[in-house]
Amino acid sequence: MNDSHTVPSGLRLRVYQLLVLLALFGLWWGLTASAILPPFFFGEPLRVLVRIGEWFASGDIYPHLGVTLIETVLAFAFGTGLGLAVGLWLALSPTAAVLADPYIKAANAMPRVILAPIFAVWFGLGIGSKVALGITLVFFIVFFNVYQGIREVSPVVLANARMLGAGRRQLLRHVYLPSAMSWVFSSLHTSVGMAFVGAVVGEYLGSAKGVGYLILQAEGSFDINTVFAGILVLTACALLLDGLVSQVERRLLAWQPGQGNTEKI
Amino acid sequence: MSDCALSFAAVSAAFAAPGGGRYTAVAGVDLDVAQGEFVCVVGPTGCGKSTLLNMAAGLLQPSAGQVRVFGQPLDGLNRHAGYMFQADSLMPWKSAIDNVMAGLIFRGTSPVEAREQARYWLQRVGLAQHADRYPHQLSGGMKKRVALAQMLILDPRIILMDEPFSALDIQTRQLMENELLDLWSADRKSVLFITHDLEEAIALSDRVVVLSAGPASHPIGEFAIGLPRPRDVAEIRLTPHFVELHGRIWGAMKEEVLKGYAQSQGMARASGGRHE
Repeated sequence: MNDSHTVPSGLRLRVYQLLVLLALFGLWWGLTASAILPPFFFGEPLRVLVRIGEWFASGDIYPHLGVTLIETVLAFAFGTGLGLAVGLWLALSPTAAVLADPYIKAANAMPRVILAPIFAVWFGLGIGSKVALGITLVFFIVFFNVYQGIREVSPVVLANARMLGAGRRQLLRHVYLPSAMSWVFSSLHTSVGMAFVGAVVGEYLGSAKGVGYLILQAEGSFDINTVFAGILVLTACALLLDGLVSQVERRLLAWQPGQGNTEKI
Repeated sequence: MSDCALSFAAVSAAFAAPGGGRYTAVAGVDLDVAQGEFVCVVGPTGCGKSTLLNMAAGLLQPSAGQVRVFGQPLDGLNRHAGYMFQADSLMPWKSAIDNVMAGLIFRGTSPVEAREQARYWLQRVGLAQHADRYPHQLSGGMKKRVALAQMLILDPRIILMDEPFSALDIQTRQLMENELLDLWSADRKSVLFITHDLEEAIALSDRVVVLSAGPASHPIGEFAIGLPRPRDVAEIRLTPHFVELHGRIWGAMKEEVLKGYAQSQGMARASGGRHE
């Protein structure tokens, strides 16, 4: 990764990346402006950007974006908490683990997006149903990582902590939890992304607010430029969240020797 | 009996073998460690040395026989013992100083006082500068020092060591051995030290116990090491007395080592055949 002769880094890399973005927009603009691709189906980049500008200038987008982000954060928080609790419980209680095993497998194998209509019936068209969908997506990622994390605690570290006098609760706090947390954080990128997916898909399937709702509305009126604008705003938000996760990860996993998926090219 | 810090009486350990049946690691072990005595156990690889130590620590229960600590039968973990493991045993998510103070925290010492003591012990093992580093930022020798401080801070009456320096290069190893002897001579604790390295065993201990090759390994010889203390482990290897002791103990060990080697070869062949 330090091969500075071939791989650009730092500011230069950012400039190159920006150039790629501009080139992609240029290509899009060229193809649609020259009508090689019909603008009706593929949108017009300039109008898309104008749309985004209008949203932010008028402030119309904020309530929708706010709702989507609140759903994401709630789904992420509850999903992670639940996954952590259940993961700890099952990993430390072998009887419960073997009993629950087929059900966990079944629940994980099921395509959970299909639960969205049921959640809409149960929790209404407000925030609740989207959070519920997000939780089902996040839960399993965190759960499996915690379960794995507890199982992979080095037996030597465990025996050492016991010899130093750690009781059950202290083992949980000083050995099991930190080990599990490292696995949880390494899956944080995926789980934040999934919480976001849950929120947007939920909105798309039925809601009165949120960026997913905006996209659905625009699609209904064949306003393809607004659809693209919504997608771009969502992508930017996802990138921001991902960056935030990387920051948190870097601070909390300082003890790890350069592992995890923080390094991306 | 009561002046024994640690004593094994007819101790055996058997495990369920992977292919069915059982594997007897050690059988009929009688072994005493007196208070303040430094005992080394040597034996060929795979002879159940670590099993012996785990039983002394209370991490394993003997299948038969009894382990006694200061005359009391051992039930559960051995609260008088500190254990230094062969593999990395530090908590990787704790800095050096947090690792050293962990035992005190577990025993209910206040964090402020625990930190102060940990600082003192890190200084004793020469790592005052590296208190805030994480284990992955420390070299192999430094990690062993942290582990040593982590154990000694609790002031255990018995120290159990399982080839603690086997992963270190020879120079670092001799430094660590000298440091261990220094720390030990300050307040002679009882030590049961496991190694496969006969030279290390002689250089460190008061008494060397030789184990037979597994399975059902048991002590086949005991040798008092009358070398004067304090010792320098690098220099003492060159004295005639050391060479003479080495020759005698090696004479007793050699056959067992060859037996152990033949067995591990046989096992490798057998498992290789199964794969084909």
